[in-house]
Amino acid sequence: MRITQGTFSYLPDLTDEEIALQLGYALGNGWAVSVEFTGDPRPRNNLWDMWGLPMFDMHDPAGALLEVNRCREAYPDRYIRVSAYDSRHGRQTTALSFLVNWPQ
Amino acid sequence: MTQRWDAGVLQYAEMGYWQPDYEPKPTDVLAAFRVTPQPGVPPEEAGAAVAGESSTATWTVVWTDRLTAYEHYQGKCYRIDPVPGNPEQYIAYIAYDLDLFEEGSIANLSSSIIGNVFGFKALKALRLEDMRIPPHYAKTFQGPAHGIVMEREYLNKFGRPLLGATVKPKLGLSARNYGRVVYEALRGGLDFTKDDENINSQPFMRWRDRFLHCREAVGKAEAETGEVKGHYLNVTAATMEDMYERADFAKEIGGIIVMIDLTVGYTAIQSMAKWARRNGVLLHLHRAGHSTYTRQKTHGVSFRVIAKWMRLAGVDHIHAGTVVGKLEGDPASVRGYYETLRCDKADPDPRYGLYFEQDWVSTPGVMPVASGGIHAGQMHELLDLLGEDVILQFGGGTIGHPLGIAAGATANRVALEAMVKARNEGRDIAVEGPAILRAAANRSRELDMALSTWGDVTFSYESTDTPDLMVTPS
Repeated sequence: MRITQGTFSYLPDLTDEEIALQLGYALGNGWAVSVEFTGDPRPRNNLWDMWGLPMFDMHDPAGALLEVNRCREAYPDRYIRVSAYDSRHGRQTTALSFLVNWPQ
Repeated sequence: MTQRWDAGVLQYAEMGYWQPDYEPKPTDVLAAFRVTPQPGVPPEEAGAAVAGESSTATWTVVWTDRLTAYEHYQGKCYRIDPVPGNPEQYIAYIAYDLDLFEEGSIANLSSSIIGNVFGFKALKALRLEDMRIPPHYAKTFQGPAHGIVMEREYLNKFGRPLLGATVKPKLGLSARNYGRVVYEALRGGLDFTKDDENINSQPFMRWRDRFLHCREAVGKAEAETGEVKGHYLNVTAATMEDMYERADFAKEIGGIIVMIDLTVGYTAIQSMAKWARRNGVLLHLHRAGHSTYTRQKTHGVSFRVIAKWMRLAGVDHIHAGTVVGKLEGDPASVRGYYETLRCDKADPDPRYGLYFEQDWVSTPGVMPVASGGIHAGQMHELLDLLGEDVILQFGGGTIGHPLGIAAGATANRVALEAMVKARNEGRDIAVEGPAILRAAANRSRELDMALSTWGDVTFSYESTDTPDLMVTPS
């Protein structure tokens, strides 16, 4: 069984280049990127562990990708998702969220 | 005005209902009407008659007006524009003082604005095109029980349109078979399935049986995918008591969303919106019956007004057109409806049929639903035209898939995700869409079959309801 949360779970796993393109899209919109991981991907578990704080001051997709890969190296046996947060008035919510790691 | 009080048949324009110098106040409710006067009736008199009949006037002079500050309560027609290319028609702009309306009541608002006046004999036809609801009035309504942002957080789904399907055939399935369709569609990749508007509690399937089988199907699909899923349980019924009973049961068994039809009436819709907020259950509105009065351009009420009223009334979802599907929906008008439902501030824009600015002062947005004759092969057009905050509902386009319902659902999900990914990567999906779909189909047998089954289906008929002003892009 494959957990299909997130925006791109029905596509082949994203390569690093493809992840970087999505990070570039998020950063281009002024959204802050964050990385989270969990061993408990039940549908209503919103409280995944945070891989540090949301990267509010990170504007470089390559730098954000570095954090994604650090998390993947540390937790290859967890689910890992990348989210982009839109803090504009009227949204103040997640704008994009996709899985980048399924347990091996 | 010495003759203002002479007994006799009313001349509306002379009685203060035509005030070309009037400057609308920020607190006024404004309305734009398309007026087709009877031959011989001057446009100002027709506009004034609409203002009068939708506010204080009756057909004759009454002395009891003099017991009131009548000028305060009179609707004021302050502008009349001829309709370009249509010498019979005029757009009349009318301002109403806020005092004319009860706080937070669509029933009261609509009884005034579209009450008696639509049968008025001096007019051949009359259509309410748009309204400006001032913040002072908008804030007296609850607004959407949850709204777009809360719904996404509730569902844990971001960055893409949501996917749904209406169970087909809409009539005749037993509860057990019905639950099978729901399960297959959800496990295959849809976010939502939906009862149709006329599925309530008929002899072939009673509501309670349907609710239980659908709940089982949703729970199993959630367990298999790890995603939050939902089925819109239609609680439309003959009485409020019946609707509350069904909605309470839906909540009790873990349903996250219920639905009602527009036919239940504005007051029942507002009651259910309060129920939905109180109980943490999303509220879907199916606009059953609206085309009887929204479709014809000369007479009735534009759907953009209904959309505005329903956002005030407090629904979370409303069907608002697909542009490319089987049902009426001119692209510019549909864009105007979507803006009305989703934006916090909208500017007047004749290209989209928007006559007034509208400030929603943080009233949450309503999720528009695109449903009716759409399929995976149109995914690039749908995403390009309708954007991200929308529910795309593929009924036939899921259930009619040659490999089965789950395959149909997967085809739609693969097409959607591939298109969002390509758009985010900076590709021009309006142009490259078909190539993007074909590339995705190379890795998905489900999508490949969907494209070969429906790829060429289009519904190209002229729209009846279009904005007057067409601006050619420069």
